[in-house]
Amino acid sequence: MSTLVDAAPAPTASRPRRSRLTAAKRRQYGAAYALVLPFFIIFVAMVIVPLVYAGYLSLYKTRLIGGTTFVGLQSYADALTDPLFLSGVFRMGIFLVIQVPIMIALALFFALALDSGMMKLAKFSRLAIFVPYAVPGVVATLMWGYLYGPDFGPFAQITTALGLPPPPFFSQNVMLFSIMNIVNWEFIGYNMIIIYAALRSMPSELYEAARVDGASEPRVAWSIKIPAVRPALLLTVIFSVIGTFQLFNEPKLMYSLAPNVIGTAYTPNLYAYNVAFVNQDANYAAVLAFLLGIVIMIVSYVVQLSSQRRERRS
Amino acid sequence: MSDVIPGSHRPAVVAAEGFPVLVGRDRDEEAAAERRPRKPTSWLLTVFVLICVGYFLLPLFWLVVASTKSNDDLFSSFGLWFANFNLLENIQTVLTFQDGIFIRWAVNSLIYAVVSAVGAAFLATAAGYGFAKYQFPGSTALFSITLGAIMIPLAALTVPTYLLFAKAGLTDTYWAIILPSLATPFGVFLMRVYAADAVDDALIEAARVDGVGELRIFFTVALRLLLPGSVTVLLFTLVATWNNYFLPLIMLNSADLFPLPVGLALWQSTAAGGSGSRALFSTVITGSLLSIIPLVIAFLFLQRYWQSGLATGGVKA
Repeated sequence: MSTLVDAAPAPTASRPRRSRLTAAKRRQYGAAYALVLPFFIIFVAMVIVPLVYAGYLSLYKTRLIGGTTFVGLQSYADALTDPLFLSGVFRMGIFLVIQVPIMIALALFFALALDSGMMKLAKFSRLAIFVPYAVPGVVATLMWGYLYGPDFGPFAQITTALGLPPPPFFSQNVMLFSIMNIVNWEFIGYNMIIIYAALRSMPSELYEAARVDGASEPRVAWSIKIPAVRPALLLTVIFSVIGTFQLFNEPKLMYSLAPNVIGTAYTPNLYAYNVAFVNQDANYAAVLAFLLGIVIMIVSYVVQLSSQRRERRS
Repeated sequence: MSDVIPGSHRPAVVAAEGFPVLVGRDRDEEAAAERRPRKPTSWLLTVFVLICVGYFLLPLFWLVVASTKSNDDLFSSFGLWFANFNLLENIQTVLTFQDGIFIRWAVNSLIYAVVSAVGAAFLATAAGYGFAKYQFPGSTALFSITLGAIMIPLAALTVPTYLLFAKAGLTDTYWAIILPSLATPFGVFLMRVYAADAVDDALIEAARVDGVGELRIFFTVALRLLLPGSVTVLLFTLVATWNNYFLPLIMLNSADLFPLPVGLALWQSTAAGGSGSRALFSTVITGSLLSIIPLVIAFLFLQRYWQSGLATGGVKA
């Protein structure tokens, strides 16, 4: 505690005043720690400790013969040349580059449309677009899986009635897009609400002048509103990056519909799951989890950096 | 680590102003009416957005229609329109199948979601307020660590958490789901931003002058003002826990402890697995419908709650 007293503001007036101040400060510190501590106990136990433990596990390797041995960073080198892991990361890269722009663009469009005041049924539309967020990912995938399905899916029923083959939603080439559609369906509304809230909180004086000058609504949206909600857009993009690389529910459930297409390593997270619980290799699963975390951090950092640079340039 | 979100001040503004506005639908609606006095309706825009709304409602419409069908009608009738009305029989099957385990799953889901959400919201509120209103030794470092953790993909932690829980004998218990769901770094971040404005420093100072203890200030003065923000965190945790599949899939073995998503996925894989169990399809579909109803109701219920919270709190006008 003595260091705290030393660090306190320089004594000004009389001594009793100073000691009273520090007593109050000390009480405040105590209260602050009491407020922050409960969260931090949980946080350390549920985030930091598993993280450190995963790091520790990743440095060891368990072999059938010879037991567990220290291998240092060897497993990381193995993972970086593991075609199953790399193809999963690559697939999520493609997913990211196609799905996230579509999702954010549509979310932005809907938010601007609702905010423009030029729409009938705006409140109903907002709720309807947002409602899929309340549907668990598992249920969303089940529903779309049935809708896609060749047995009693309406799409297949329509094409069959027209004498055409059922659409190949589960084929090797189309599966990724089928999953993209599910993710779009689930999260466009959520992202729309974040952007919409940012639009709502922006002072209307910012664009009233432009309107008085006769600027059209698309022009106002493009030149004033979109730049103003850029921080919200950045937030949605970063959350989408984190979410995309962790994709698990959709491929896990799609597995029962198209086992050969999904396989064991369709996404890095699915691969880590199978390594841990099917192969029973906790060490390698920890390596994959760590590498996946690093990939996510790098990609989100690049997103932030490029966004900042663009901001500086404009 | 504090620069994990470079320029974090700007997203902070979004979070600060965005979420409470999202929370305060009433004010939002009034402001909207005020702001757009004489705008011509664009029918092109309206029609286009309504077509998109159709896309968002299509799977839900299909789910409702399919829930009313017997398993045979699922295969023999057109998917997007009704056949013989079999909903009540389907519901009965869902609720009684495997000795009524569906009800058990629903109760589990409710316990996981409510306990996690209330706990996480309280922890985040206390910590966020602590960070916002006190400068204490280590506060910057601790907050930076919290911020940095927002970027950690939680799924990457699940396997090591499972291994630790296995050693502690915590797997296959309620705690295995609740404890990991309590740590929400993003909630702390949100509450810190929210508390900075929602609780006036002068109010705290006045309470201090009156001799009220620091923690009593939090519980009797600040907590009420923080409530709208807390409910936002509560809602996000509630949805995340209710919808979580990965964590319970890994942590739980006993079907008695499953939440709805894991249980439904189990039924689904049985249904898709072989032709003999085909009769399960209508059960899975009706179960899916029943499982999304509570959250939709919770959304509506909480929405009203936020409005009153915002009105009494009078924050962020």
